[in-house]
Amino acid sequence: MSQTDHVADTATQTDSDEPLIALENAEVHFEKEQGMLDFFEDPEIVKAVDGISLDIEENDVLALVGESGCGKSTLGKATIGLQRPTAGTVRYRGQDIWAAKDGRGDVEIPFDEIRSSLQIIHQDPGSSLNPNQRILEILSRPISLTHPNAGRAERRERIYSLLERVGMNPAPDFADRYPHQLSGGEQQRVALSRALLMNPDLILADEAISALDVSLRVEMMDLMLDLQDDFDTSFVFISHDLSNARYFAEHGNGRIGVMYLGEIVELGPAEQLIEEPAHPYTNVLRWATPDLSLDAAGASEPPMRKIDIPDPVNPPSGCRFHTRCPEAREACRESQPALTGEPAAHRTACFRSQPDHEYWDSAPLED
Amino acid sequence: MATRRQGDPTAANDPVIEMHNARVTYDDGETFVLDDVSMAIERSEVVGVVGESGSGKSMFASAMLDAIPDPGRLSGDIRYHKADGTTIDVLELDQEELRQFRWEEVAMVFQGAMSSFNPTMKVEGHFRETLKAHDTHVTEGMEFARELLTDLYLDPERVLDSYPHELSGGMQQRALIALSLVLEPNVLVMDEPTAALDLLMQRSILMLLQELQEKYDLTMVFITHDLPLVAALADRMAVMYAFSLIEVAPRDRLIGNSGHPYTRALLNSTPNLDAPLEEMRAIEGQSPAPVNVPSGCSYAPRCPLATDECRADDPGFYDSGSEHSTACHHWEQARETIDLNFEAGDGDSTGSDTETES
Repeated sequence: MSQTDHVADTATQTDSDEPLIALENAEVHFEKEQGMLDFFEDPEIVKAVDGISLDIEENDVLALVGESGCGKSTLGKATIGLQRPTAGTVRYRGQDIWAAKDGRGDVEIPFDEIRSSLQIIHQDPGSSLNPNQRILEILSRPISLTHPNAGRAERRERIYSLLERVGMNPAPDFADRYPHQLSGGEQQRVALSRALLMNPDLILADEAISALDVSLRVEMMDLMLDLQDDFDTSFVFISHDLSNARYFAEHGNGRIGVMYLGEIVELGPAEQLIEEPAHPYTNVLRWATPDLSLDAAGASEPPMRKIDIPDPVNPPSGCRFHTRCPEAREACRESQPALTGEPAAHRTACFRSQPDHEYWDSAPLED
Repeated sequence: MATRRQGDPTAANDPVIEMHNARVTYDDGETFVLDDVSMAIERSEVVGVVGESGSGKSMFASAMLDAIPDPGRLSGDIRYHKADGTTIDVLELDQEELRQFRWEEVAMVFQGAMSSFNPTMKVEGHFRETLKAHDTHVTEGMEFARELLTDLYLDPERVLDSYPHELSGGMQQRALIALSLVLEPNVLVMDEPTAALDLLMQRSILMLLQELQEKYDLTMVFITHDLPLVAALADRMAVMYAFSLIEVAPRDRLIGNSGHPYTRALLNSTPNLDAPLEEMRAIEGQSPAPVNVPSGCSYAPRCPLATDECRADDPGFYDSGSEHSTACHHWEQARETIDLNFEAGDGDSTGSDTETES
């Protein structure tokens, strides 16, 4: 990894005030798979991401949390140009990613360059590494893309020093192994190394620590944060576990975004969002997060009315959380709260954050 | 120094399962994946068994039901005490007796409900087939099945009429728990029953299990790598390391006053919403593989307190407080020198802990 290259890269591209990534009203709607008999009916639409606007800056950390099916992975993939939005735009340093892909308008940054600056590490590193290649070969490929002139010895040198940097000692020994000869944590380090060798501006870590033992998660997060400093990379960190999101985002001085049924319902600086959750759903996630303090250790009643998330094909009207929210009133069923607050500060999509909203005069919802 | 006294995880007032010297070996005894484990499960208690991947915790669960996958060999002594006072020697049961024992006395739930269901059969078919196979009255059994599904916050008619893949992961896992209870077993053994689910569903299922435990007076053994998760449910907790039990204690004592350096490191390595960020620490080093477990204490190579004694002499269980057994020569020193990084509440005082200074 050459730091000088990287600095040169960023110097040429940061002359504008454009954020690294800007999503504007991004929507990803999927048609649900249908059986033969439904062939003539209108397809059912799943709104995995529904009108999200979000900026990611240089050296930024954003943790996305939410239940299975809330759309956090789809949003992550839209952010790094792996998922084409069905409406809205995703820009990389001002360049519309999908216009670059299609060759529409003036393309200032080619799509290939954008894609290689935006990398991903998956939940299951075992299946993202080619089982038939040694680690040395797996890691040689990105170097041959970023540094086509590097010779064999130079490639090997870079790989060894990166493996040492991610804690895989002795490096020559690990480089000679196949992926199945590594533990889950070591495989994830290789996946991270492979992403870093592309000189990325942003890495999407999609549940990248969820499959690791609890005791190894902190170690892996520390490593990602250290490397973020070394390599000037931004991270989008997806997790269903609020305590991991907190650890990662607070250490990285970043934000946490809480997603529910395709929408961001709360977004704010990590510490503030954990200490003073503004959305009732964030409160539910707090309840779900195991806590070792003995007073809280008992399985108390959850602060929600229903356990199961509604079908994303027919999301509830108004505020999508109103069917489970313990604070829901008539107003929540009728109209949808916008994500409000000053742009930089702590924003939330809940009428309860607006002291003079008609919510306060409407009747509580009965089940 | 404490005098070496036998702390005894097999001491129990009214045990439902007693396991003595359970040992699982592969490769003609070359590889140990469960090494001389002894423990008693009290009737109507919830035991949380915690260990990392490869610590032998799944073998512990399978051993209780004599369900070790081939070609593993299980030896030792496992006894089950029925509610009527008679005792079953589990390792002496023949195939048919074992089949009945596993559903009617001790039921088991694994992670990944999809692989436990037949994908081409509706959920109702699974209940009916199970009831028939055990010569139970199907109409009455189905009535109970509906009650169990309702207990698990599921709509019985909708779930019974669905194919497994039509349900969400959380619904599948809850339907599987209902299925495992339909023959009214006394004991429910669960191996990572929530591992594939998101945290909110995991926590919801734990709350439901607690309600089921109270309503049906069940004994539960909950096996997981996730210590804080099971701490919400368990009455007593057991920690496994390198194929052995290393500490057994009531929940509050294990969290607030554990004596084993590994348990304390495990507690400190857990991201927590309230713990100061700087003090969360990963555990240095790696667990041993089943072929080269070190002589002496298996944790010694990673342990900050390890001495020559630890490397030479495998510690048995010390009595480290009320109902608290710790397999560490230095359990007192561990409590004094390895600080916990979270506010454990009043776990220290609840255990009437005066005997730690002996």
